[in-house]
Amino acid sequence: MFHFDVVTNWIDEFLRTYLSNGWTLFIEFVLIGIVILAAYAVLALILIYVERKVCAFFQCRIGPNRVGPWGLIQSVADMIKILIKELIKIDRADPVLFRLSAFLVIIASICTFGAIPFDRGLHAVDFNIGVFYLLAVSSLGVVGILLAGWSSNNKYTMIGAMRSGAQLISYELSCGLSLMTIVMLSGTMQLSVIVEQQTYAWNIFRGGIPALIAFIVYLIAGHAETNRGPFDLPEAESELTAGYHTEYSGIQFGFFYLAEYLNMFIIAAIASTLFLGGWMPLYIPGWESFNQVMDYIPPVLWFFGKTFFCVFLTLWVRWTIPRLRIDQLLNLEWKILMPICLVNIVLMALWIIYV
Amino acid sequence: MDPLINLILFGCLGIAILALSVMAVTAKSLLRSATYLLLVLICTAGLYLFLNYHFLAAVQISVYAGGVLVLFIFTIFLTSNKGDLLERHKIRKYIMGGLAALGGIAVAAFALLKHQFVYGNNTTIEGDQEINMKIIGEALMGTEKYQYLLPFEALSLLLLACIIGGILIARKR
Repeated sequence: MFHFDVVTNWIDEFLRTYLSNGWTLFIEFVLIGIVILAAYAVLALILIYVERKVCAFFQCRIGPNRVGPWGLIQSVADMIKILIKELIKIDRADPVLFRLSAFLVIIASICTFGAIPFDRGLHAVDFNIGVFYLLAVSSLGVVGILLAGWSSNNKYTMIGAMRSGAQLISYELSCGLSLMTIVMLSGTMQLSVIVEQQTYAWNIFRGGIPALIAFIVYLIAGHAETNRGPFDLPEAESELTAGYHTEYSGIQFGFFYLAEYLNMFIIAAIASTLFLGGWMPLYIPGWESFNQVMDYIPPVLWFFGKTFFCVFLTLWVRWTIPRLRIDQLLNLEWKILMPICLVNIVLMALWIIYV
Repeated sequence: MDPLINLILFGCLGIAILALSVMAVTAKSLLRSATYLLLVLICTAGLYLFLNYHFLAAVQISVYAGGVLVLFIFTIFLTSNKGDLLERHKIRKYIMGGLAALGGIAVAAFALLKHQFVYGNNTTIEGDQEINMKIIGEALMGTEKYQYLLPFEALSLLLLACIIGGILIARKR
């Protein structure tokens, strides 16, 4: 199996032979930063293209097909367009908060992105408290959204921000509780260890029914966290123009847009890391030759395959189910998902003790 | 890590905390001051990260930045009008505030200078290592010496009382 730690260790040793410890660390930090930002931007471009194409197929259209073969360069062209747009100054808005909130949203998203284990050795932030770190950092985005809505000096943005805040805070509970079920199963919060544990059986197989319930609840709650699909009340275009980012233009709007798409990817990546084995190939005990064939597929491809499978699920839901009302949304969380999660934790405890 | 990098990082965090705290106190609008407070709290989490105490950093971010600050912001949304500016305080309040700040500095300086740092002269001890989550969990959930199940449960009781009180107040017609 080809792991990326070969490459990253080689870079580390190469730098250490020529430079002192401090400079090596410094250069590595800068390199990691550049790689994370570049991956973030490229993934966003890919996701936007995928979303438009998949959406088109669901609606029996063709989708982007003019720029490049099959419209492949469409999102690059869109990116260039958004980069050269004017940043419009809003009348009687709070300029400091207006600018800061876009950064808060995207910083929360990038911090979470850094903690995703793409492969052994391709993992920037690997704390002992990995899962908790993910939950903590991703909760920063709420503040950014609330501030964006307030500082734009517009009633639509304000309503959108309030809705979004209520939604994010409530769905964070089910997200956290369903991740906790998996933490109970694996006995650790460190993401790399969680992935290594799933060598022979992914958590969703190892944890049986409770893990399956947790997976489904996490997909629903995570989907709601990204403000998309049937849960897109904060930006319901028929009522609120575009929700909390109505007044943003140019790259500031781009930040919100990027963060939204990347949050979708991050939720899918966390789901695949914790439930579907991360970069681990699919092994079936006893089928030695099958396992060997699976070994030939590089772990990075496994990771992206699983993640894009989860991304496809969220796209499917988004373009199939109509938007919920606000009372339905809150009922779904507080009266259905939360009790299921709490019961599920007890179920998982029983599963761990008796199975 | 290299002492120089340590110093630079600590300096950046310290300066950011100081500047943002002053801005949080002197800001004209309530929401801005809440935002500066948020940034101060994030920088404090940075200090914990710097100490290799990742658990406390994550708690700081999720409880203060993700919880308390959102609560503050919601409260400001619900209670104040847009464009409200904070009144200027009287001169007496400034003097009292300055005295309180001086007192705080004195207490902190006394504690810092008086304290014997265990790892100060001996950098080889494991003070530089990450604390395992398992140890923290067992300390929170155990009943033996230096374990904190009773305070933990007492706190949860307090929170429950707060929730019930909140519902009662909201229900009153």
